[in-house]
Amino acid sequence: MATQVVMPKLSPTMEEGQLARWLKKEGDKVSMGEPLAEIDTDKATMEMQALSNGVLRKILINEGESAPLGQPIAIIGEPDEDISELLKTASAPKPEKAAEAPQSPPESDAAPAVEEQPQEVETPEPTQSINGDGHKPRTDGRVLISPIAARMASEAGIDFKTVQGSGPGGRIVKRDVESAISDQKKPAATKAAVGRISIPRPARAGVVHGPSAYRDEPVSEMRRTIAKRLVTSLGPVPHFFLTMEIDMERAADMRRSINELYPDLKLSINDLIIKVVAVSLIQHPEVNASFQDKTIRYYEHADIGVAVATENGLITPIVRAAELKSLTEIATEVRELAGRARARKLKPEEYLGATFSISNLGMFGIEEFTAVINPPEGAILAVGAMSPKPVVKDDRVEIRQTMRVTMSCDHRAIDGATGAKFLQTFKQIMENPIYLFLDQ
Amino acid sequence: MAVMTMRDALNLALKEELARDSSVFLMGEEVAEYQGAYKVTRGLLEEFGPKRVIDTPITELGFAGLGVGAAMAGLRPIIEFMTFNFSILATDQIINSAAKMRYMSGGQFKIPIVFRGPGGSAYQVSSQHSQALESWYAYFPGLKVVMPSTPADAKGLLKSAIRDDDPVIFIEQERMYGMKGEVPEDDDFTIPLGVGEVKREGTDATIIARSVMVPTALQAAEQLEKEGISCEVIDPRTIRPLDIKLIIESIKKTNRAVVAEESHPFASVGAEISAQIAEQAFDYLDAPVKRVSGADVPMPYAKNLEQLAIPDVAHIVAAVKEVSYV
Repeated sequence: MATQVVMPKLSPTMEEGQLARWLKKEGDKVSMGEPLAEIDTDKATMEMQALSNGVLRKILINEGESAPLGQPIAIIGEPDEDISELLKTASAPKPEKAAEAPQSPPESDAAPAVEEQPQEVETPEPTQSINGDGHKPRTDGRVLISPIAARMASEAGIDFKTVQGSGPGGRIVKRDVESAISDQKKPAATKAAVGRISIPRPARAGVVHGPSAYRDEPVSEMRRTIAKRLVTSLGPVPHFFLTMEIDMERAADMRRSINELYPDLKLSINDLIIKVVAVSLIQHPEVNASFQDKTIRYYEHADIGVAVATENGLITPIVRAAELKSLTEIATEVRELAGRARARKLKPEEYLGATFSISNLGMFGIEEFTAVINPPEGAILAVGAMSPKPVVKDDRVEIRQTMRVTMSCDHRAIDGATGAKFLQTFKQIMENPIYLFLDQ
Repeated sequence: MAVMTMRDALNLALKEELARDSSVFLMGEEVAEYQGAYKVTRGLLEEFGPKRVIDTPITELGFAGLGVGAAMAGLRPIIEFMTFNFSILATDQIINSAAKMRYMSGGQFKIPIVFRGPGGSAYQVSSQHSQALESWYAYFPGLKVVMPSTPADAKGLLKSAIRDDDPVIFIEQERMYGMKGEVPEDDDFTIPLGVGEVKREGTDATIIARSVMVPTALQAAEQLEKEGISCEVIDPRTIRPLDIKLIIESIKKTNRAVVAEESHPFASVGAEISAQIAEQAFDYLDAPVKRVSGADVPMPYAKNLEQLAIPDVAHIVAAVKEVSYV
């Protein structure tokens, strides 16, 4: 039974693809799952796999030519089958434009610009359905999705049109949305001011925190106008970026001491950063916030999403109420969550609903980068590598451990000065971690 | 708890109810002297005498009508059909009299009658003697339809059916009469009509099965467990009124449903269950409801063909995999 091969959607933002190279010639045998061609997308050159068995009967677009999504680009069938009908319909293609509405969640746009590898691109999987007519990619623009998958996508704030379906006919099913939810996690990863710093009192032992409580305040007229204007000029989440350089000598010292005393703990700088960010957020509740269109949500606790790279993509497991947890608790929890994240064993409530995220690419040697906010959070901190640098201290040049952080803020909820003040507090505590043990 | 066959469990239920209420009596072909065509009524004539256990001529329409009349006069008849295939001859009395009399008389007549006997497939009894008629009877308001799948269920449900003041179609399965199981010894042990049971708990897929398909579904679930798919098996036990709530609760958990039945597919009980699932659990489904039904042909006589016409473990396993996209 001959089938048309259509231009597949190889990334969430792809709208058309250019045929870079055919990997099979007309007349070649093709089996399901074999690479058929290389296609240039908006992001990278990707391999396209055959979704049926047979012989490559006809190639409909040549190397170098482009086609929109859903346009027939080849026909696979039996060697002696009559494919004239398919050829006829192939010349009047209906591209999948209707299904590809303009992007909503910005994470699908922005992440690749920031990531080292293309993280959330999904390649089509050959369908192993036993359903009657097997997998036939649809060319009429409709997106098939099962009811439970549609509901999960909607609850997770994912536009399901960006999800690759692995069911019959390209149907998006529960596991595809579960994958997309875990891919949704965006990472990111940064210094001094006056004013009191109050460290929240730790919780009673054994208290397990769920998602943080919050209060919603109505958006003022001025803020509504700012939001509206920013959205029309900068896209769905208007980002701006603040960079700070942090002197990490004392933090590095403290970490070294702790690890000498408790070698099994293996506290990392990132664990320290999580605690300092959390404490700073409580000090600056306007940053621990989320723009909710008609209101701004202010959270009571700092639920920190910690970016973890897994082989399937990025995910941000959450340390709930991090401001109340000890360094030991944070280090242990992050290690446990990261392990389960890589094993794909996280529950949705463990990676959905952070109030602020941290992304650290320091281990890759990245000095500084800008991360994309994970909506509906208000901000994200991108942390670079810590390394010895010459700095000016008391009119002398000294070598000090230095780290640069860049904070991305949602301008609808957080203004420049607000974000800057938060970073000042963060820098102040990070450079003098002894603040963590004081109660002013 | 005692271990007994389904045949003996049914026998015990009849014995206990005949002893408990003197208005209960049993009537059918070969039920008395012959001890029952399948020996379900063994020993009852001896214990209760010819006024309580009555052999009839071969005239289903006649003795079904007699039963309805007896019910209207205040007795509690149990009418045995040697198989439910023969009940087809009696349908006018079952449907137009038994099912509707209470309604049409404005409640003046109650019809506390039980029509019982084996239904569905047997062993090479061919087209006219292998019919599964539960969807026929479930169609009519006024009839209750019950199908046990274990000896304990058989006993508890038959006692409830006899004590019920409305007509009950009680469909047993000849291939299950010899099945052994644990049965509570309490002579007042009943299972309410309209309540299903989770025969096996699971998380990934729900299999809804009844009567002889329940053991098949359980075997399929064992096999699927080894392949990493955890199935929940639900036995509604009463077809009408259907415990749809139990089924929906399960689907909310698993997101996928397979209905296994030995009846033909068109307008079957499985079709009704699928429709109700679509209506009430649409937002929880990850795949369409898959039905595994008997072949849509008159039951063949040849042994190999008969085997092909009845769903087996492999069919149910394949259906579960299909709705799991595996």
